[in-house]
Amino acid sequence: MILHRRKLLTAGAGLMGTALLGGCDRFAGTDTGRRTLQVGEDANLYVQRLLMGPATLAREFPAAMISPWFKPNGTIDPPDRAYRALAAKAFADFKLTVDGLVETPLSLSLADLRALPSRTQITRHDCVEGWSCIGQWAGVPLAELLKRAGLKPQARYAVFHCADTLEYAGSQDGAFLRPGQPGAVREAYVQLAAAEDWGGAPTATDAPAADWGQGSPDPEPDDKGRPIRYYESIDLYDAVNPQTILAYDLNGKPLPVSNGAPLRLRVERQLGYKQAKYVMRVELVESLKGLGQGGGGYWEDRGYEWYAGI
Amino acid sequence: MAASPALEAPETVDRHGRRWFYRHPLVIRLAHWINAVVLLVLLMSGLQIFNAHPALYWGAVSTFDDPALAITSEQGGDGKSRGVVTVGTHSLDTTGVLGLSRGAGGADVERAFPAWATLPADQDLATGRRWHFLFAWLLVINGAVYLLYGLFSGQLRRRLIPDGDQIHDFGGSVKEHLLLRFPEGTEAKRYNVIQKLTYLVLVLGLLPAMVLAGLAMSPGMDAAWPWLTELFGGRQSARSVHFIAAGLIVLFVVVHVLLVLVSGLVNNMRGMITGWFSLGRDRETAR
Repeated sequence: MILHRRKLLTAGAGLMGTALLGGCDRFAGTDTGRRTLQVGEDANLYVQRLLMGPATLAREFPAAMISPWFKPNGTIDPPDRAYRALAAKAFADFKLTVDGLVETPLSLSLADLRALPSRTQITRHDCVEGWSCIGQWAGVPLAELLKRAGLKPQARYAVFHCADTLEYAGSQDGAFLRPGQPGAVREAYVQLAAAEDWGGAPTATDAPAADWGQGSPDPEPDDKGRPIRYYESIDLYDAVNPQTILAYDLNGKPLPVSNGAPLRLRVERQLGYKQAKYVMRVELVESLKGLGQGGGGYWEDRGYEWYAGI
Repeated sequence: MAASPALEAPETVDRHGRRWFYRHPLVIRLAHWINAVVLLVLLMSGLQIFNAHPALYWGAVSTFDDPALAITSEQGGDGKSRGVVTVGTHSLDTTGVLGLSRGAGGADVERAFPAWATLPADQDLATGRRWHFLFAWLLVINGAVYLLYGLFSGQLRRRLIPDGDQIHDFGGSVKEHLLLRFPEGTEAKRYNVIQKLTYLVLVLGLLPAMVLAGLAMSPGMDAAWPWLTELFGGRQSARSVHFIAAGLIVLFVVVHVLLVLVSGLVNNMRGMITGWFSLGRDRETAR
């Protein structure tokens, strides 16, 4: 009798365990599941912002702690023609656009940006995968740009439109990618997709001025589908933090292409995938609904948290 | 025997002369089972997250070339891949389980922890993180309820703090426990000294350390509470401590379940489900 009951209990526990875990994966795939799992992110955002202020800084490190090699990640060499044309001239023709819900849209060259007040900080970069590197960043505080452009009262988020194509719309091949993946893996895939514009020296006709996310038909002349370039967003709470900069230097030298030349966002209280590389345009918006699939960023639209403070 | 509140807890005797004692109050039973489910989800989603970068380091940053621990796969001389765990300069072939294991499709996949051990089963860091952070909140809330209830009801002291006589007879208790001799009758109303110390380390040591080391990895928490990350010696150290503490909790659970099995599965399970634990039919009452 006892033995029988024991067997029953053990079998029951095993069955419950299997059902629980198989059920977990199915649950996570439903809308209710996704919404439920989102609760953790909302709680993290709310509590972390209770514990810090808008101006709270991430830890800064002594120069002796700078990592000998700052691991480049994600895109490390954008295949896009427009970008390659800019890079070929050392970004002499580069202009950063600041527009959207601003009083005065800006268009600034690297020289213009370098002439603005700058901030230098030695901070730790934390990848969503788990690894960390310390680097010294110099750049223009985003708050400086926003001050010059003048925010319209409805502006709530800064959206960063980047130059690097990660995948082509309609292609399923991008689904297996993740932000921490060694750049080479994703690069190999995008290069494959962009094979036609890879390798040849860009010419003036080859390099139409890309509109960096303004929604008009994409200039990329191909039949692979519309390229999806990296995009990210932060809210004004993070945008006006003194450490939130558009960095043009890494470790005292101009930012290398692999780390996001000519400009990359640093938003130091969040994970690596928020630190958008190859930033071409900063757009101020009221809502993230119209951007991508509405998650607020390339990886956010693929399941990652918009608030990457944890 | 020194007065122990646990030993004086009320008991009843049924018509067959069996002594019963209400061992686990409802709050503790609920907290126990919630904890069991939550820890399982946290472990499996944690292994999913670990798989995204299956290497551990000490200090603030990652030194990619010489990790303290790494679970990788490499090509052997025969051209076949094998799973390898490297700790410092030692490496161990772990093909089939760690580094290289059978995937959902039946083919071998290069991944640190195998599909059956991770949530989700497939490689999916984003969903793994969502499970992990939601259940981390459940762990904290459940733990807070348990601790507050335990403190105010006196249960925590009664269950986890060794009584005077237990400390005096420490050696004897250890010996009894190692010989798997479990007390019956009145003495079974309290945990022995090893149980008490183990639960104490788990409840006030390992689980809080787990939560704190987890928080210490968060860049937002590092900005808000820089001392926390520093306490662990840097973000990568905190990640390693988090992993080691997880291993110790798994070790605890394995030993805990084994002891539940050998010390009377039915009585133990009944105790943790209904609260009632049988002290047996001893001579004092069977007169």
